[in-house]
Amino acid sequence: MIKKTLVAAVAAALTFSAAQAFAQSRSQIRIVGSSTVFPFSTAVAEQFGRTTNFKTPVVESTGSGGGLKLFCAGVGVGHPDITNSSRRIKISEFEKCTKVGITITEVKIGFDGIVLANSKSSPPLVLTKKQIYQALAKEVPMGGKMVPNPYQKWSDIDPSLPNAKIEVLGPPPTSGTRDAFVELAMEGGAKGFDGLEALRKADKKAFKAAAHAIREDGAYVEAGENDNLIVQKLEANPNAIGIFGFSFLDQNADKIQGALIGGVEPSFENIAAGEYGISRSMYFYVKKEHVGVIPGIAEYVAEFTSEKASGEEGYLTDKGLIPLPAAERKTVRSGAMKLAPLTM
Amino acid sequence: MTDVIAPGPARKTDLSAKRLKRRYAAEARFRAYGLLAILAAVAVLGLLLSSVVIRGYTAFTQTEIAFEIHFDQEVIDPEGSRDPATLAQGDYQLLVKRALYELFPEVTKRREKRRLAGLVSSGAGFTLRAMVTDDADLIGRRQKVWVKSSDDVDSFVKGFIDRDLPAADRRIKDDEIAWIDALANRGDVATRFNSTFFTTGDSREPEQAGILGAAVGSFLTLVVTLLLSFPLGVLAAVYLEEFAPKNRWTDLIEVNINNLAAVPSIIFGLLGLAVFLNFMGLPRSAPLVGGMVLALMTLPTVIIAARAAFASVPPSIREAALGIGASKLQTVTHHVLPLALPGVLTGTIIGMARALGETAPLLLIGMVAFVVDIPGSLSDPATVLPVQIYIWVDSPERAFVAKTGAAIMVLLAFLIAMNALAVVLRKRFERRW
Repeated sequence: MIKKTLVAAVAAALTFSAAQAFAQSRSQIRIVGSSTVFPFSTAVAEQFGRTTNFKTPVVESTGSGGGLKLFCAGVGVGHPDITNSSRRIKISEFEKCTKVGITITEVKIGFDGIVLANSKSSPPLVLTKKQIYQALAKEVPMGGKMVPNPYQKWSDIDPSLPNAKIEVLGPPPTSGTRDAFVELAMEGGAKGFDGLEALRKADKKAFKAAAHAIREDGAYVEAGENDNLIVQKLEANPNAIGIFGFSFLDQNADKIQGALIGGVEPSFENIAAGEYGISRSMYFYVKKEHVGVIPGIAEYVAEFTSEKASGEEGYLTDKGLIPLPAAERKTVRSGAMKLAPLTM
Repeated sequence: MTDVIAPGPARKTDLSAKRLKRRYAAEARFRAYGLLAILAAVAVLGLLLSSVVIRGYTAFTQTEIAFEIHFDQEVIDPEGSRDPATLAQGDYQLLVKRALYELFPEVTKRREKRRLAGLVSSGAGFTLRAMVTDDADLIGRRQKVWVKSSDDVDSFVKGFIDRDLPAADRRIKDDEIAWIDALANRGDVATRFNSTFFTTGDSREPEQAGILGAAVGSFLTLVVTLLLSFPLGVLAAVYLEEFAPKNRWTDLIEVNINNLAAVPSIIFGLLGLAVFLNFMGLPRSAPLVGGMVLALMTLPTVIIAARAAFASVPPSIREAALGIGASKLQTVTHHVLPLALPGVLTGTIIGMARALGETAPLLLIGMVAFVVDIPGSLSDPATVLPVQIYIWVDSPERAFVAKTGAAIMVLLAFLIAMNALAVVLRKRFERRW
């Protein structure tokens, strides 16, 4: 008897699933993409769901690259409508997208600073990009050639730095934060060496390989994507330095402090003014073909770009977003509202 | 061996007493080791649970602030139409802000006002909206209302922010502390049971975030998993154990099933992505697909456990049934299956418990997502409890640490409930011979 009902239930479940396959509509927006933009995107989604009659969009955190891959897979309800990205779309991704007939609208939402921070129980650090490169590169130039990184202590690099072991907790290679850190801080530091600068002019690829390689002898610890965990580890170990997004520094200002990079403190104002050296722009991309098919996309874009959300006093700044300058915000908003197609 | 010179009989008893003593000592040591092992396990478990509880229990309460709200008709319903659509659109947060400005008239600067308004949750307006939707007569009146505080104020009132720290290091500044103290002196700050946590879905604001969405998602997913994996697993096990001939093919199948039980779960997620989403076109993030993927994952566990249970039924019972003229099918359904049921159920529950804690395969089919609405059907976007824990632990807001602990407690409660069910079912069906 029990078995009969179970069999019937399974049959019912299977028919149900088959019926689902034919359901060709979707009533809520689907968003994928960067884990860095995730906190902002979800905040807007929630606000949007509460204040309008549309359903709350579903936001997945897939990483920038993974998001663009899903986004560019095609047009239709099975594919996401919007993807978040903590870097600009690459030409290759753009071509892939246009090939399947997708018209993309790019919306720049603001900046995110990457900070190097340590526990408040030790003195604040003052670093330059060059020193960061020397501390973390796999090979550093010394006496005209590249040698495996010999520095064990910060004071080995520069006597003004603390006499403590180099111990940096940072994101793994799969992370967008790591990409941006390597591009902005490590490359920036590598350029400071004449030999490497000459290499950059001669052979871009070789320069990138030299500048992007992070040491693997234990001084750089891949601490995973969980930035809260890094904060806890920093608290426990006053010599350790962590690398993460500005919003985590902002939320944990009582426990950790950001290192000055090139004499500039990682503060809201400095990042917004573009003075802090390690900051990047964040974007989201909208699939124009879905506007009007999936309800609410235009309204979601309007909400995201409104002053109420991403303006200087908007609720996203409470979440750690660093807004664009006022004039740029205006251009971005008008472009987004018109759904101006992206060209590359 | 020094006392060999001792007289015969005495030596004998002496030696045996010594040997006996050694054996007793060895036994006592062995028992101590065992006890030690258990104590170590209990201590680690206690440490784990207490760290979760200590971190998480504060999430079950929420600081609320009371003040008199003027339900101004001008703001809510300027035309006086009492039309529900108009009422839903009103700027209720403005009412809260006005009430606060009224309470502290000395606050005039824009930044200070912003901070003052930040004392209460950005969801406070929704509380007022719900009140007005319930009772439109409130419009135009003044009434004292309790609303949730913001997460920072909540942390401060619960003592997680030290007021002796320098102001720059605190998320709550001096003037905010003064306002909270002023409200507290009037008895208008209270910490109450946080029912929101059990009745809503996820939110970006810690004070508005709830676990119900994820719990419902987990439940729907597990229902699908159970409905698929239990009958399929039991039927496969019955066939393999009772009917199938012993040959190279069944051996091959058996080896494969054993291997499948050890395959990392993310592989099943990849399979689900390729087959259920891309080929069959089922919706992303749906509990239906999640349940199907987890069913694939639990199936080998169920089959192995069920086969072991069937094998442990004494052959004499089968022979007796066959001997009095039962058919093979009758033997299985009337005798072997009922006797093996407790073992089958245990295996199924173990598989389900593993499925409950899984996140990796769900990542690939889009269930690691921010979902606010509570899923109402198998095809609605949903997330599950362990994913909710993961999302919260990764959020920058400090108050989510407590939410994470609380969510872990809910997950454990879910697990204990499932195991309790298993024990009850086992006791009911257990038979001795």
